[in-house]
This record gives sequence, C-alpha cells and structure tokens, in this order.
Amino acid sequence: MTITEGVLSGDTSMQHGKAEFVSGPWQDSINLRDFIQRNYTPYIGDASFLAGPTARTTGVWAKLSAMFPEERRKGVYDIDAFTPSSITAHKPGYIDKDNEVIVGLQTDAPLKRAIMPFGGWRMVVNSLETYGYPVSPELEKIFTDYRKTHNTAVFDVYPPGVRRARNSHLITGLPDAYGRGRIIGDYRRVALYGVDALIAGKKNDRAELDMEPSTEDIIRAREENSEQIRALKELVQMAASYGSDISKPAQTAQEAVQWLYFAYLGAVKEQNGAAMSFGRNSAFLDAYIERDLADGTITEEGAQELIDDLVIKLRIVRFLRTPEYDEIFAGDPTWVTESLGGIGEDGRPLVTKTAFRFLQTLYNIGAAPEPNLTVLWNDGLPDGFKRFCAQVSIDTSAIQYESDDLIRAELGDDAAIACCVSPMRVGKQMQFFGARVNAVKALLYSINGGKDEVSGKQVAPATAPNLDTILDYDTVFANYLVTLEWLAETYVTALNCIHYMHDKYAYERLEMALHDKEIVRTMACGIAGLSVVADSLSAIKYAKVRPVRDDNGLVIDYTIEGEFPKFGNDDDKVDSIAIDVMERFMNMIRKHPTYRNAIHTQSILTITSNVVYGKATGNTPDGRRKGEPFAPGANPMNGRDTHGMLASALSVAKLPFSQAQDGISLTNTVVPSGLGHTKDEQITSLVGLIDAYTEATGYHINVNVLNKETLEDAMLHPENYPQLTIRVSGYAVNFVRLTREQQMDVISRTFHQR
Amino acid sequence: MPAINLGLPSVGPAIALVALEDGKTPSTEQAELAELHHLEMAAIHNGSVASVHSWELVTAVDGPGTRMTLFLSGCLLRCQYCHNPDTWKMRDGLITTLDDLVTRLKRYKGVFDATGGGLTISGGEPLMQPAFVERIFEECHKLGIHTTLDTSGFLGKSASETLLDNLDLVLLDVKSGLHDTYKEVTGRELQPTLDFGDRLAEKGIPVWARFVLVPGLTDAVDNVDAVAEIISRWPNVERVEVLPFHQMGEDKWDRLEIPYPLHGVTPPDNDLQERVREQFRARGLTVF
Repeated sequence: MTITEGVLSGDTSMQHGKAEFVSGPWQDSINLRDFIQRNYTPYIGDASFLAGPTARTTGVWAKLSAMFPEERRKGVYDIDAFTPSSITAHKPGYIDKDNEVIVGLQTDAPLKRAIMPFGGWRMVVNSLETYGYPVSPELEKIFTDYRKTHNTAVFDVYPPGVRRARNSHLITGLPDAYGRGRIIGDYRRVALYGVDALIAGKKNDRAELDMEPSTEDIIRAREENSEQIRALKELVQMAASYGSDISKPAQTAQEAVQWLYFAYLGAVKEQNGAAMSFGRNSAFLDAYIERDLADGTITEEGAQELIDDLVIKLRIVRFLRTPEYDEIFAGDPTWVTESLGGIGEDGRPLVTKTAFRFLQTLYNIGAAPEPNLTVLWNDGLPDGFKRFCAQVSIDTSAIQYESDDLIRAELGDDAAIACCVSPMRVGKQMQFFGARVNAVKALLYSINGGKDEVSGKQVAPATAPNLDTILDYDTVFANYLVTLEWLAETYVTALNCIHYMHDKYAYERLEMALHDKEIVRTMACGIAGLSVVADSLSAIKYAKVRPVRDDNGLVIDYTIEGEFPKFGNDDDKVDSIAIDVMERFMNMIRKHPTYRNAIHTQSILTITSNVVYGKATGNTPDGRRKGEPFAPGANPMNGRDTHGMLASALSVAKLPFSQAQDGISLTNTVVPSGLGHTKDEQITSLVGLIDAYTEATGYHINVNVLNKETLEDAMLHPENYPQLTIRVSGYAVNFVRLTREQQMDVISRTFHQR
Repeated sequence: MPAINLGLPSVGPAIALVALEDGKTPSTEQAELAELHHLEMAAIHNGSVASVHSWELVTAVDGPGTRMTLFLSGCLLRCQYCHNPDTWKMRDGLITTLDDLVTRLKRYKGVFDATGGGLTISGGEPLMQPAFVERIFEECHKLGIHTTLDTSGFLGKSASETLLDNLDLVLLDVKSGLHDTYKEVTGRELQPTLDFGDRLAEKGIPVWARFVLVPGLTDAVDNVDAVAEIISRWPNVERVEVLPFHQMGEDKWDRLEIPYPLHGVTPPDNDLQERVREQFRARGLTVF
C-alpha cells in the first residue's frame, strides 16, 4: 500500500488543536485494529458514570414516536414510489433539523421507504401494491425491458432440481428475491481516514490489478474496483448535501460519529440487504470521545447525546419488503447489529465507556429491537460491564450474547456479528448468505422414497420407500444420509447461482469499497429443524415408531410407543444424534465447489422461519403434528426441555462451533422470579448463567426475561406496549409488530420458571 | 406410572416394589422380581442407589446460584397443598446409581463454580433415603460442591452426624406453627421438625426457613405468629421465604386420581402476603 502511505500520514493528527492519537502502522495503511489497540481506553468500572437523555434527544425521539402508531397500522409510514434509491438519489432529510446532532436519512423524510429495484422488479411491484402505492410505468419498462435484475438472472440459471426443492419448501428463504445482506462495510474507515485516502487506496489496488493478466476473475475485480471508487465519490456528495466534508478524516467525536453514520447510511441507501449490520464501533468511537472529554470539548451528557442520536437514526432504518419476506423475517427487522465488548488478543477488555453508552440508549430512549445490540461475552469481562449487561437484559430483553472466546480464536479481536450470529472480520471478510434447508422434511422424504409427505410429489431422486411396520433406526438413518447428500449438492448449486448473479446485478458497491482488496468469503449454508430431527431419530432409536400410510402408501403419520430421550435435557443419548446430523451435513456441503472459492460454513439458525417451515412440513416421528412450528434456531422443541433452562442450553452448547462457524442460535425465556428475589440477585444469577453457558462452549444466547402474562396482555392491548421488545431468534422485534401466528409461537415457547 | 426419563443409565424402574406390595402369590417371575426388589432395597439402604423422581438445573430457587436439584421419591407427609404428589411413593421413582449421579455432578462443577451454586436434594422427602444423601453429600464435599437439603424435618432423626457434617445449607419447611394446624396440613406431627431445627441450630448449619401460605389453611394470624416464633429462636436462620400457594399442582393430583382438597382455593393476594411477611419481619427476620 505505498500510495496510501502518503495520503494517510499527516491528515490524521494535530488538526484543530486536538491531541495526537498514538501513532503506529495504522497511519501507513488501512488498519483499524491497530488504531483501536493503540488508542482505546479500557473501562473496568460500573454504570454509575452514565448520563440520562438530554431534552433534545427526548424531543427528537418523541417526534418519531408519534409517527410509529400510523406506521404500525399501515405497515409502512410512506413510500417514495418513483425514485430508485442510490447513495445520492434523495435530497437530505431530517426529523427535526435544528435539534439533530447526527443527521442523515435514507430518503428525504423519516420512515419514508425507498424502492430498490436492482434486486428484482417483481418484489417492488408486489410491495407497492400491498401498501396501495402506484407503480410507475416508466420504471416498469426500465426494469423489465432494459435493465435485468438479480431476481430475473437467478431464475435464468437455476436447474430444475433447485426449483423443485424450492417449490416444495425443502429449501426456502433463499436470497434470490431479496438482497443477501450480511456484509459489514468497515464504516469506521471513513471517519479515521476520510474518503480521499480510501479512494487513493482503491486506486492503488487497481494499479496492482492492471498488472495482472486479464482473466475472468481479474476483469471482474477491476470492474468491482471501479464501482467501489464511484460509490465512494457518491458518498462524499451525499455527505456534502448535509453540509459535511467527509473527504478528510473526522477531527472531533461528533464528526467521528457523523462520518461513521454517513458511511453506513450510504450502504442502506444503496442496498436492501436482509441484514445490514453496523460492525464493532464502540471502542473506535470511544477513542474520539475520550479525547474530546479530556480537552473539555464535550461533557458526558454530550457524549451520550451523540450515541443516543446515532441510535435513533439506526432505529429508523427501513426497507420496503413483501409480505412473503415478512413471513420469513417477521417484525420488519434490519439487523443493524452492533457488537460490544469482548476481550482483546492482549488480554485487555475491549469494553469502553462507549459500550456502556450504547446499552444506556435502551434506558434513555426506551427498549427497541434495533440496533441489534450484541455483547461478545467472556467470563473475563469486567464485572461492572457484565452486571450492567445482565441488568439491561432483565429490564429490556433487548440484547443478545455471543461467545467472545469462540469468535476471537477463529477470527481475532476485530470481528463483528452480521445479522444474528454470523461472525466475520470487519472489512476483511464477507459472506454469501444462504438461508437454510428444512432438515426435517428431508428426513420425511428419505422415508417416503424422495416424495413430499404433503403433496405426494416426487421431489428428491426416487429411492426405495421404507416399507417397515416398525421403523428401524439404522435403515432410516442410512436412507436419510442419501437424501441429505442430494440436498447438500442441490443447495450449494442454488447458492452458487444466487451469488454469481448478486455480484453481477446487485453488487454492494459501497460496502465492498469499505473492505480490503483481498477478502475471505464464506458460503453460509444453514439447517432448520435440528431438534425435530434429533427427537425423531431418537424416537425411532429408543421407542417403537410405526409409520401410518395413506392409500397410496405414502407415510403421513407415525405412532409412538414408549419413552425416548429428547434434545434439550443434557442427555448424550439424543444430543449426540443432533451433533452427528449436523457434522455429517456440514461435510456433505464441503464436497461441493463454491462460487469464488468461498469457504463452506453453516448456521443452526431459523430467524422466524421456524413457523413457515413447520407450516409446510407434515407429521414427524417425534410426535410433532403437521403444520406445527419447529423450534427456533438450535432450540429444543417447546416444552420438551424439562430439566431447566441451563440443562436445555447445555444440550445446545454441545453442538460444535467448528462445524457451524456461521453460528448456532439459542433463544431462552425466563420469568423474572426465575432468576431470584431481588434485582441484585437476578443480575448475579443471569451473569452466572451466561458465564456457565459460554464456558461450556455455548456460542449464542438470546435472553428474554418476561412473564407470559405480559405477552398475552400485549396481544390484547398492543397500544399499551409500543416498545415491548422480545428476542426471537438472533434478533429482537417489537412484539406488537409480529403477526398473530408468530405471537402465538413466541408464547407457546418454554418459559423457564426456575 | 412411568417414571420420567432421567437421562441417566439406571438399574431399572422400581416396579419390583409394586409387585411385592401388591402381595400376590409369588410366581417365578414375581420371585425374581422380589429378589431384584431385595437387591434394590439393600442398595437403597446402603446408599449406593436412590429412587429418583427427576432432576433439574435451577437458578435462584432451592438455594444460592444455579443448582442441580435432585428430587427423590418417597414422602411420609401428605400435605394438602403438595404440588408434587407424584413424588409420594418411593416405588414410583427410577432406581439411579450414586456413581451416575456423581458423574453428572462433576459435569456441572463448572456451572456451580460460575454461579455459586451446588447440589440440592429435594423430594419427596430426601431423608427417606438418608444413606444415599449422606454418601452423595460426602462426594460433593470431596469435589468442592456446595450441598443443600430441602426437607420438612419430619425424618430429621434419620440424618446422621456425618450427613450434617457435609451439609452446607438446609431449606427447612415449617409448614405450620400450631400443632393442630400442622397435623391438618400434613397429616403428621410438628414436633420432629422442631427437634431437627434445634439440632441444626446447635450445629450452626445455615437454614433458609420456608412457609407456604395457603388462604384458609395456613394463613391464620396465630398460626403465622407461631411459625415466626419457632423460627426466630434459631439464630442460624438466614432468611425466611414465604411461598404463596399456587394451583399448578392440581393437574398432577387429577392425573393420579387423588381427590384434591384445595380445589378452587385462590392464591393469596398481595395484601395477605404482605401481612404475613410483616409478621416475620416484626421479629427481625430477613423475609422474601
């Protein structure tokens, strides 16, 4: 990076009379981690320093809050149906111009959603019609006759097996009709270096690419590089329209927050990605805030106000989406995931006062699902921080926890979570999001010779149907593996098609501009229904399961005689089945080459698709009835985990992260009294539980501290609970924004009483 | 009644006990069962196995931190408000070996350390199987695991000195303070509980006293006062937990086809709970 060197040095220090940051390699090339390590101040105290909201913060939030009921009622507050979104497409917008300390909206008005047709025109039309907005004939002509979209392109190349698997709900939720997301631009780069330096760096990359032979890969890389530079230039224009010059580095805390936010805003103006995560920004911002606090330019109230105002902006990121999309990802989530805490490679906690300030927003402007605050938990974190996190969980149910040790061991200490549970190095890694396969349906197919248990159609290649009167474990398992092999191949084929076309027709120009030239790509596969599979196989192994066949010989139900161990009770007899299935499927996935040589990974995560998957799946050998939802993520089935919340969590903790490096999700709900008599006791208990879970190599846990009665009352009187937040599956939602069906699913989950 | 799955290898369900108690003419099969029963009873007596109802990892109840609570089968009391009537009969439990339980305890040692928890033996009445309790507590202390006994104290005499030496905390149910009320509630005498409490006080073993508040049964002012009086004479009582009666046990009575005496009784309201807690507080006790 010889060219960057000249641009970067000199610009980042001693301006406006500010104290110099500690110098280091970060000044010679883009190296955020080095900057943070040299300049952040770990904080090991408690939450007592925090400030409440300023009148300005409260006023801005009140303005927005008054708009939320209408948005909830109509589904959207407003849509700009005529302006395809881009970084610069919309004029500046404000909530309350004079009172915003951090500015910038996706369109020219708060909560007004933009159309993003490059992903697919049909989805735009479908959304506009759903909400009663006009469809521009001119745009229709452009995006059907003149400009091909990602969606059209993917269906041009899908082979029939993929279409069959997709239509029969064996593979669903694929990002072939919406933006793939789960890419985290390193938005900090804009604040630290300014855009001019970043463009210079990209030009340097380009010079290197120009020296290489023009193979297909290199040509694509050159085109992407050009697009990235174009996007960076547009970003400068967009910020200028708000009166900021981000071509140069940020000098103050306010500028650092604002520059960072502009970079993120550019990304969400350009891309309607399923998850548009924010990164790991608190220690970075804290370096600027500490410097301003030290020279007296801001007070603690001022520092908190910056974070509160930033979080207000992150809370109102909106995308226009179709009802089908909402079924899979309920509650209008955007996964503006911000990763907090963790321990550095040198053993110092990466906890700063600004990590506390992010959590404090849940008090200052009330509980909310976004940004998706994610604590990288480690038993070595400072006690004050651990206790504050637990307190916030008990008070708001709004945060989630992921194992800092597991993530750092694999990806170092500058990794962040994209979406719910997907860890990646910021600016150095992205993923090809792959939704998930229905592992339960695959099991039923293997019993029915590849036929769908609901429609009777032949979907998987025909095999001999199982004719036994009592199912034999070895036979069933052997046949299941055959079906899974086919599924793995079909699945990777689908993902390769999708991501080839996504790169071609809906490339994330700005997000990728905030990445290194050489990046790691992962192909993120996934499984839904693991606990149903484990329990079904356990029933076949330990009880007597008799298939019930219809007139055509299709197995449509099962009778079970006797008891069998169930996943979620820390019982190796069944937990080992879940591990075995998961490991085998991962190895099957690994057999198939991936687009851009992406590294194969998988997740055990469902978002809220456990409901739709269950709806499409027939009776299962564990006694689950046709249409009944699966458990979310890696959760045990509702009500079957009878040995307490921790025993349930310890079963999930056995699933090896090495075989699911895209994350393993667990959502648990405990009633407040289940944690202790007093708040202090409850905090101690929750800290201990999360410590115990992560020390047992548990990867992720959503913690809800709620009474069932609260949720039931919220269903009856949603108007009384506008901010009731609940973690569902790697993210949080406003409970009152879920469909009735999804609300019922949440309520039917196990509420651990103790 | 099938015992619920414990996730533990076991010697086998305690059906042998059923065969014997039913007193049928012994066939060969029954003779074998009787033999098995004999072996099992011997094992229970020497504490190498226990008749177990279930186990659970719990937090903030049954003692400090996150605990493995082991529910043993068998109880001599017949409390009207019992929410676990399925633990009354020892023969309904699953015979489980000490070794298997110790293996599981070792697995949870990290959990106990992280949360300040340990093992709680509950029931049923754990002192129906005192040899087992003595042995598992000894094992716990060898492993550095905190021990808690959840008991009515009715069988306190069965607890050996060795058992008490390895006991860190007792959750002592004082089900009523008036002798007549105690008998009405439990079908048994109060005195053994008082004796056991005195013994614990002498040895200085910490106690969390528990009192289940049932409107119309245990809530009389003089009954609560009598409980408070009893408890306040034990200096080793660290806290009193007033547990509001709930109806969540009723379906178990129904399933077992036992007439449920408290059908239709409503849980105590906040005013009543506060009145009762105040009666304890008035004697300087820490009350939850």
